[in-house]
Amino acid sequence: MYPSRFRYEAPSTVDEAIALLAGANGEAKILAGGQSLIPMMKLRFAAPAMLIDINGIAGLDYHHSDADGTFRIGALCRHADLEKSATLAASQPTMAAAAPVVADPLVRTRGTLVGSLCHADPQGDWASVMVSLGGSIVAQGPNGRRAVAVSDLIDGPFQTVLADDEIAIEAVVPAAIGTRAGGYLKLERRVGDFATVGVAVSAEMSGATVSQAGIGLTGVGPATINAAEAAGSLVGTSLDAEALDTAAQLAAEAAQPRSDHRGSADYKRHVVATFVRRIGAQIQRSGQEAA
Amino acid sequence: MSTLFEEVPAGFGDDVPVRRVTLTVNGEQRAANVEPRLLLAHLLRNGFRLTGTHTGCDTTNCGACTVLYDGVPVKSCTMLAVQADGHDIGTVEGLASASELHPIQEGFKDEHGLQCGFCTPGMMLAAKALLDENPNPSEDEIRWALSGNLCRCTGYQNIVKAVMWAADRLSGTDNDDNDGDDGGADGAASDAGEEG
Repeated sequence: MYPSRFRYEAPSTVDEAIALLAGANGEAKILAGGQSLIPMMKLRFAAPAMLIDINGIAGLDYHHSDADGTFRIGALCRHADLEKSATLAASQPTMAAAAPVVADPLVRTRGTLVGSLCHADPQGDWASVMVSLGGSIVAQGPNGRRAVAVSDLIDGPFQTVLADDEIAIEAVVPAAIGTRAGGYLKLERRVGDFATVGVAVSAEMSGATVSQAGIGLTGVGPATINAAEAAGSLVGTSLDAEALDTAAQLAAEAAQPRSDHRGSADYKRHVVATFVRRIGAQIQRSGQEAA
Repeated sequence: MSTLFEEVPAGFGDDVPVRRVTLTVNGEQRAANVEPRLLLAHLLRNGFRLTGTHTGCDTTNCGACTVLYDGVPVKSCTMLAVQADGHDIGTVEGLASASELHPIQEGFKDEHGLQCGFCTPGMMLAAKALLDENPNPSEDEIRWALSGNLCRCTGYQNIVKAVMWAADRLSGTDNDDNDGDDGGADGAASDAGEEG
């Protein structure tokens, strides 16, 4: 299989890439890792007239914490970079839990976090993680930059609110006010499969109490689900069993799963609830151990 | 010597310019004129006739088409040939020297790490990338590193053993051993069925 014909451009600056986008009237796609885009082009689900390969743009492969704790992931930071990152392991537990379970090791050497967000696959792992963290992307266009919360970025399956002439240049996780805790659990039939269910729970702890929380759900709806009500129910609790039961139930209600070859809707809701409880209990345990 | 590979039909090329790519394949400088949609796997197989790179699923699932891209294992069915411009590509043909097999290849031979052999080139290149980065991997680390490569015949047990054999050989911990002297691991028959 090979894609439909397209024009290939490999700009060396973000400005050049934006100029190419602006001139393509919505018929261009950005090629970063290409691990979702190229398969879709081979299957002819996507047939852009122009492919703008940003891999030659220097300085986009970073991930780092600012002095204030804001965490930034450049558009060419690969999943494998994050999987191996000591910085990530030390400061971003939800992301560190997700990085090794994205796709398979070969896809992880090429695929990017920012590309995954822009691809907006309801079964993409990173969008749920970023939603749970209150993360955003920075979009750059001809008129400058703007931040878009990941929960607002995705407005349907494989759809984002990015304008035709905008490129996502980085993802941003805000600094935690308290101690950042969290986890990501993914049920998959085999390594490399998409999630049957994925759940990201992030919390900012002040001592044993949750001061802020976020829950994102993968693969159980037409887009990534922000289970805000479930997350809100955790705030002010110490993640005791009762609080986790409440949040688990609210998260299961927020899910909109469909029965398919990966499992029934009821089963998927059950797994959502179970994963919320498990991650919550794990946060609570590790907090006790640290105390 | 440059190689020219045209996949472009006659009369085509006004809208979408053909690109000239220059790359290093197994240490040798190669060049080709390619249509942008040509996949790296196809350039290697059809253009350069390096058919050791296999295309299995063609849907980014199986890893049979794994090659090393600047030393990093990638699925060559999921990259464009134009993306290899200026880069260093390693294929299975580059593992052996003129006179001897690479220790990873020896390992697959010695430990019966293949049956039909279709997945083997991808397995060996994924293993090479692992051993380049981590010369003494645990069994779990090997299984993890190979988890993007699917084998449909042998089960993975002997593939993992083959990589452990190669790791031992490369790191010299198993120095001067003869074939089949690896703690009884040569008893392949007794391992049959270990991996369901």
